[in-house]
Amino acid sequence: MSLERFIDDALSEWMKGEGADSDIVISSRIRLARNLTQYSFPMLSTNQQSEEVLEKVSDVVHDEDLKMISNFERIPLSEMNSLESKVLVEKHLISPNLAEESRNGAVILSENESISIMINEEDHIRIQCLFPGFQINEAWELANQIDDIFEAKLNYAFDEKRGYLTSCPTNVGTGIRASVMLHLPALVLTQQINRILTAVSQVGLAVRGLYGEGSDSLGNLFQISNQITLGQSESEIIHNLYSVVKQIIEHERTARAKMLSESKTFLLDRVNRSYGILSYAQIMDSNEAAQRLSDVRLGIDLGLISNVSANVLNELMIMTQPGFLQQYASKKLSPDERDVLRAEMIRERITN
Amino acid sequence: MICQECGNKPAALHFTKIVNGEKTEFHLCESCAREKGDSIPGAPNGFSIHNLLSGILEFEPSMGQNVKQQKNVIRCENCGLTYSQFRKIGRFGCSSCYNHFSDQLNPLLKRVHGTSVHVGKIPKKSGGKIKYKRQIKDLKKELQSKIDHEEFEEAAKLRDEIRNLEQKISEA
Repeated sequence: MSLERFIDDALSEWMKGEGADSDIVISSRIRLARNLTQYSFPMLSTNQQSEEVLEKVSDVVHDEDLKMISNFERIPLSEMNSLESKVLVEKHLISPNLAEESRNGAVILSENESISIMINEEDHIRIQCLFPGFQINEAWELANQIDDIFEAKLNYAFDEKRGYLTSCPTNVGTGIRASVMLHLPALVLTQQINRILTAVSQVGLAVRGLYGEGSDSLGNLFQISNQITLGQSESEIIHNLYSVVKQIIEHERTARAKMLSESKTFLLDRVNRSYGILSYAQIMDSNEAAQRLSDVRLGIDLGLISNVSANVLNELMIMTQPGFLQQYASKKLSPDERDVLRAEMIRERITN
Repeated sequence: MICQECGNKPAALHFTKIVNGEKTEFHLCESCAREKGDSIPGAPNGFSIHNLLSGILEFEPSMGQNVKQQKNVIRCENCGLTYSQFRKIGRFGCSSCYNHFSDQLNPLLKRVHGTSVHVGKIPKKSGGKIKYKRQIKDLKKELQSKIDHEEFEEAAKLRDEIRNLEQKISEA
């Protein structure tokens, strides 16, 4: 059972890879929502129906074409305890919805965790491909390929006029959600972020903080995704997102360069102060951790801090969340205990 | 009451969740509630798309009271979901709901997406014919432009391709 492997490695294998613009773009993700034609959607399906869906979708794991892409493993939610599923949520491999609300839910994971296929979430099937850096087109190509393999074995609910039919009307049509996670500390520091995010939302894209809803972002991380799924083709949707993100990257780079030339002392103070606090603090709550880690990461990306790698930062951003900390301690911890363990873990990783 | 997560600070958020008849109660202080985040609807970060959507659905300005009454008894024959239930939860029960609520859907989809017709990917197996139809449409456009530019050799090729596809549709 490699569930342990998925849970023990804080950083998914795919995250260790390199992607374009990885000083600003953390990851690129494509999610496709699909349903089977003969069954009610998971919310209304009977226990027997959702069992059948689980079985039918799971069978595709043995498909030869799928095996060409990677080895896959299917893990039913019923085989995980609440802490283990929480860890998968924190790694973005499953949704909170699948972890908490699903009946006969399961996830199919590829070896490097770049592909995860959720069964019996809000829709029968959710195909997700995650890539490091700015690789939204690559993620779409892979998701599209996997979608074809599943479609060959299953009967999708599809309508000529409405497209892929989904449980929620906000996903109908292409069923695609393309999203990019951006680290934008310089735009936040120079107070340009709100202007840019308002502009982004006016061109049909949505902006969220790191863990879903609410735009108040932790650690200067922003997720930008398409809102419209109907009336545009997948390539139009992706191209639209791509060109907007490209511009935001340019703005962030300009802001970073400007700060570096005009207020270098301020910047040096800020990143080193945070580096110092992370190296020595004994109590660290999750909000402060997110902010300090963001500062240090900016320092690394600008070459102001050289003895920590950017990967360590990526890893800490995931590892210092409640589920991971408790998995690491192998017991339930109170928030105060977590703050102490979080500080300890950061000290250890950042000074080694 | 003390927060059940940390057992330390006073609980500020009280929340009862009933899923499949199973009742779970949460009493959390502000910082634990924030950590739990999205999992609790109504918590600061838990405002979901479904809340928002049912808000949109409730708001149907052009509908008179009479029409509204009628609409509420529209029911999906396959899964039994009524249109008024759909309006409350913002989610369909099955793929047949799209047919049974078809009349109501155009304005809703237009409000959410700005349009109501799919132009994206078509599945290979279940959408064979649709795919050919779309290909023919694209080819015809191309054909017209070739004719406009007097590239007749190219145009003849496209014409044959279109015939080929039309043949395939009638055979399927």
